[in-house]
Amino acid sequence: MENKNLYNYILGVADNSLILGQRLGELCGHGPSLETDIAGTNISLDLIGQTRSYYQYAARLMNDGRTEDDIAFLRLEREYKNVLLVEQPNTHFGYVMGRQYLFDVFHLMFLKELQGSKDDTLAAIATKGIKEVSYHKRFSGDWIKRLGDGTTESHQKMQEAIDDLWTYTDELFDMSDADKMLVSEGIGVDVSKLKKDYYREVSELLEEATLQVPDSTYFTRGGKKGIHSEHMGYLLADLQYMQRTYPNMEW
Amino acid sequence: MITSQVHIEAHLIPILEKVSDPEIPVLTVLDLGVIREAVELNGVISIKLTPTYSGCPAMDVIGDDLTAAFAQQGKKVEVSLVLSPAWSTDWISEEGLKKMEIYGIARPLSETADKEALLGNKKLVKCTNCGSTNTHLVSQFGSTACKALFKCDDCQEPFDYFKCLK
Repeated sequence: MENKNLYNYILGVADNSLILGQRLGELCGHGPSLETDIAGTNISLDLIGQTRSYYQYAARLMNDGRTEDDIAFLRLEREYKNVLLVEQPNTHFGYVMGRQYLFDVFHLMFLKELQGSKDDTLAAIATKGIKEVSYHKRFSGDWIKRLGDGTTESHQKMQEAIDDLWTYTDELFDMSDADKMLVSEGIGVDVSKLKKDYYREVSELLEEATLQVPDSTYFTRGGKKGIHSEHMGYLLADLQYMQRTYPNMEW
Repeated sequence: MITSQVHIEAHLIPILEKVSDPEIPVLTVLDLGVIREAVELNGVISIKLTPTYSGCPAMDVIGDDLTAAFAQQGKKVEVSLVLSPAWSTDWISEEGLKKMEIYGIARPLSETADKEALLGNKKLVKCTNCGSTNTHLVSQFGSTACKALFKCDDCQEPFDYFKCLK
C-alpha cells in the first residue's frame, strides 16, 4: 500500500513532464526557425528523459512486470494526472513560450524542493533536472520578454496568450490526496507553499516584458484529478498510437 | 578532473577505452566521465553509468556498446544507471577536452563565463577553427542536449560549444 501511494505520487509529478514533452515534440520540424525548432525538441528531450527516470522508478516500485512504456503508453485518459496547463495545444509560438514559461517557473521551484526529499531516488532525479530546467526557464523567459517588448503584433499576441493561459496556473498549487500523504512523510513537495513566490516571479517578468499581469480570479482545474480538457484525448491518440496499434512493439 | 567517487578496476580500462560516445566518437566513455564504477565480481563485470543529460539518447547506445565490447572478450556485463551525484562537465578529462577541441567542439567555460557567453553575448568562446574569441551565439540549443551553436566572426566558421553543466 505504501508503494502504491508513492507510485501515484511519482506519476502525478512525471505526467506533467511527459505531456509537455509530447506537446513540444509535436513541433519537431515545425518551429518558426531552425534555432527555435532545435530548442523545442531539446527541451522536449530533457522532459521525456526526466519522465523516464520517474517511470522507471515507479515501475520498480510496483514490481509486477510493468515497464516505463506501459506507464507512458497504456493508461486511459483519466489515469493521467498532469495539470491542464501542459496539455494546452500548440497554437502560435508566443503561446508555446507562454505555456513553457508558466510551467518552467513552477517546475524549477518544485524540483528545488524535491531535492530535499527523504526519498533518495526522487532527490537524485530532481538534482539532475534542476540543471536542465534552469536552462529551459532562461530560454522561455527570454522569449516572453522579446515578444512582449517587441512589435505591436508580437506584444498583442503574447498578451493574449498569457491572458488565456493564466486560468490554468492556479491548479499547479492544488494538493492531491497523494500530495498530502507524501508531504506528511517528508517525501513529497507541499506545492501550495510555492504559490506566492511563483506569482511574484512571474509578475516581475511580465512587467519587464511590458505585459499586463492578468487580474482574473477565475481559474480552471481538473487535470490533477484526471479530469482533462478536450485537447487531452487528441494528444493521447497521437502519443499512444503505436502501442495501441501494435501492442508490445519495440523500436 | 575525475572525482574520488569513481572506482574503476585497472584491468578493465583497456576495454572501456574502446567504447566511445556515439554522438562525439572521439571521446571514450572514460574521457567523458560517465563511468562511475567498473568492477569484476565472480566473472561478471558490474558497470555503473551516469547520464550526461536525463534524456540523452546516447546512454542506451553506450550501455549496449559496453555489453558488446566485453562480450567480445567473453565477459558478461551488468550495466546500471546511477543518477546521483549528477554528472558535471568537470568530469570530462583534460585529454577528452583536447580531443573535443580538435574535433571541432569548443570546451566548456567556467560557470560564470558560460552564463556570460550564453546570455550576455560576451565574446568568450574560442573558435575551434582559428582560435579567435570574436564569436557569437547562434542558438542556445544545439545538435544535442549538451551543446550550443556558435559562429566565428573572423573566419566565419560555425561550430559547436559544449555547455558548462554543474
